[in-house]
Amino acid sequence: MADVTLRKVVKRYDDVEAVRGIDLDIADHEFVVLVGPSGCGKSTTLRMIAGLEDISDGDIMIGGDVVNDVPPKDRDIAMVFQNYALYPHMTVAENMSFGLRLKHYPKAEIKARVTEAARMLDITDLIDRKPKQLSGGQRQRVAMGRAIVRNPKVFLFDEPLSNLDAKLRVQMRIEIKKVHQKVRTTTVYVTHDQVEAMTLADRVVVMNHGRIEQIGTPHELYHNPATRFVASFIGSPAMNFVPCRIEDVGGKLHARLTDRLAFPLPPSRATRYQAVPRTDKLLLGIRPEHVAEASPHAEPGIEPFDAMLDVTEPMGMETLVYFTLEGTQICGRVNPNAGAQDGGPLRMAVDLNNMHLLNEVTGAVL
Amino acid sequence: MADVAFQQGAVSGAARTAKRSSLRRALKRKSSAAFLMTLPLILLIGVLVIYPALYSLHLATLNKSMAKFVGFGNFEFLFKRETFWLVVKQSCIFAISAVIFKALIGFIVAHFVHNVPANKQRKWRGMLLVPWVIPPAMSTLAWLWLFDPSYSAFNYTLSFFGIGPIPWTGDAMWARFSVILVNVWYGAPFFMIMYLAALKSVPEQLYEAAAIDGANWWQRIWYVTLPMMRNIIAITTLFSLIVTFANFDIVRILTAGGPLDHTHIFATWAFRVGIEGSDIPLGASVSLFMVPILAVAAIFILRDVSKRGNEA
Repeated sequence: MADVTLRKVVKRYDDVEAVRGIDLDIADHEFVVLVGPSGCGKSTTLRMIAGLEDISDGDIMIGGDVVNDVPPKDRDIAMVFQNYALYPHMTVAENMSFGLRLKHYPKAEIKARVTEAARMLDITDLIDRKPKQLSGGQRQRVAMGRAIVRNPKVFLFDEPLSNLDAKLRVQMRIEIKKVHQKVRTTTVYVTHDQVEAMTLADRVVVMNHGRIEQIGTPHELYHNPATRFVASFIGSPAMNFVPCRIEDVGGKLHARLTDRLAFPLPPSRATRYQAVPRTDKLLLGIRPEHVAEASPHAEPGIEPFDAMLDVTEPMGMETLVYFTLEGTQICGRVNPNAGAQDGGPLRMAVDLNNMHLLNEVTGAVL
Repeated sequence: MADVAFQQGAVSGAARTAKRSSLRRALKRKSSAAFLMTLPLILLIGVLVIYPALYSLHLATLNKSMAKFVGFGNFEFLFKRETFWLVVKQSCIFAISAVIFKALIGFIVAHFVHNVPANKQRKWRGMLLVPWVIPPAMSTLAWLWLFDPSYSAFNYTLSFFGIGPIPWTGDAMWARFSVILVNVWYGAPFFMIMYLAALKSVPEQLYEAAAIDGANWWQRIWYVTLPMMRNIIAITTLFSLIVTFANFDIVRILTAGGPLDHTHIFATWAFRVGIEGSDIPLGASVSLFMVPILAVAAIFILRDVSKRGNEA
């Protein structure tokens, strides 16, 4: 068990910078997820922590020791790969014990550790099988078992669930969370799936173009995104962005979306946005759950408007509705009984208490 | 198609229906179609391989003038001759040591080429394959020249260090060394290219997993590379063992079996007694003696391959 620290870590490939100066402190026992789109440098960062990639600049510390030039085998880490990377010629038990056998652990201890890990992962019956005789989910359990028996300082996961089907992915996600609750090993987990990131992480690191966009708990990222990228990347369906301007109407601050549509801002938001230049091109960011059907009684900060629906998507417990506002498609979530119909009108309401205002040029959340 | 055939038959009478539709059905079966398509090749193999093999079996049972059936007489005669056992011993030494060195050198060179940057790999691969693509009869002539006792490049170079002259093809031990050396030089590129292909098929992540598990360079080769390459190694070794056992041209050109029969192997000795000694049945018996030795090796190696075949 140990903490992991990255200081201004850079990775250059010839003329391309894959990782551009990352600072990250991961506390002992913490579960940190690196998330971002393909090519954002998250896997490279993980592989640099593992020692599988050299770092071009900066420092990586595990348990307080700089490990920049320490080979992977001496870093005391364990890694779970996307395609499992099990040794096909070894049985499950041999796969799991390989690292311990190389370190010449006593046979009895190896057996005890393998048995314990197999029991924890519910693969005791599979211990004598070869990887080829296992399903994807079982292979992933073995790969996790191989990491657990080593009892390393840090677990590294490189998109471990990407090769599994949707249902199994949810199941294994819970499995991984359970294992972490039991062993409490510091974990760095890489994924491109924001749902995985939100559900597993103590803290999420959102990366884009080789830089960290924001670090925070899933709750922080969802409710207080720092940039447009984070706001649009976290959450499904994604946050709506509507071009708007701030204007003063009768001494009150309004957000003007179209010539005919302007919403008065609730007092808490109005004070926050008071200093925003009135001429700036802005975006109103609003999550689909804050665009719902209008309720009969007015509530402060919830502003009704009429919408012509383009498409509806009944999901069962809710219905997603899509409509267009000045050429921008907006997604809302309404009650299944609200009477939403394809091509039909619906009285909607936007909850401005949960709005975000973004600078369209810089992408910063104001 | 089947329905149409059936309807046509129904019009012109029940008996013909049965006959025609059964023929069509036979033709439609995948296995019979496949058999028909491979028939030309099967016939070709029959003519070029099975007929000579059976004919040599027949020849081996005749006397020197090929007029009288002698059964195992030729083999009985061979077993009593010292030269025959010398040839058996030399064939085994030649084939086994040559294959071991070819495999070792091929493995090392394959690793070297595998680690060369991709854009330069083609060049290296091409250059290293040269010995294998030159007809061995030609390249062996060049080696013969290099091995010449008085004027050769080898002995000339060695003379600077005060070594030699070495009787490369004149002394029994040196002549054995020389034929093995040339065979290794000729055959190692084949192992190299096979092992290179096998190396490329080992997933990179297995090495990464092994590196994280704590394996050093040597342990990664021992626990990952070699097990992953086992089938290729087995098949390549078997193939090379067969070809090397049956080698003819290198020995024939370099030493012609000399000095005093000390480099003869099955094929060259079969040629010596059969063609040059005008005893075709005896020559056939010598060459047939390779079959049981190779069959045993083939069974052992292939049994292991099929056992592991569905593992990876």
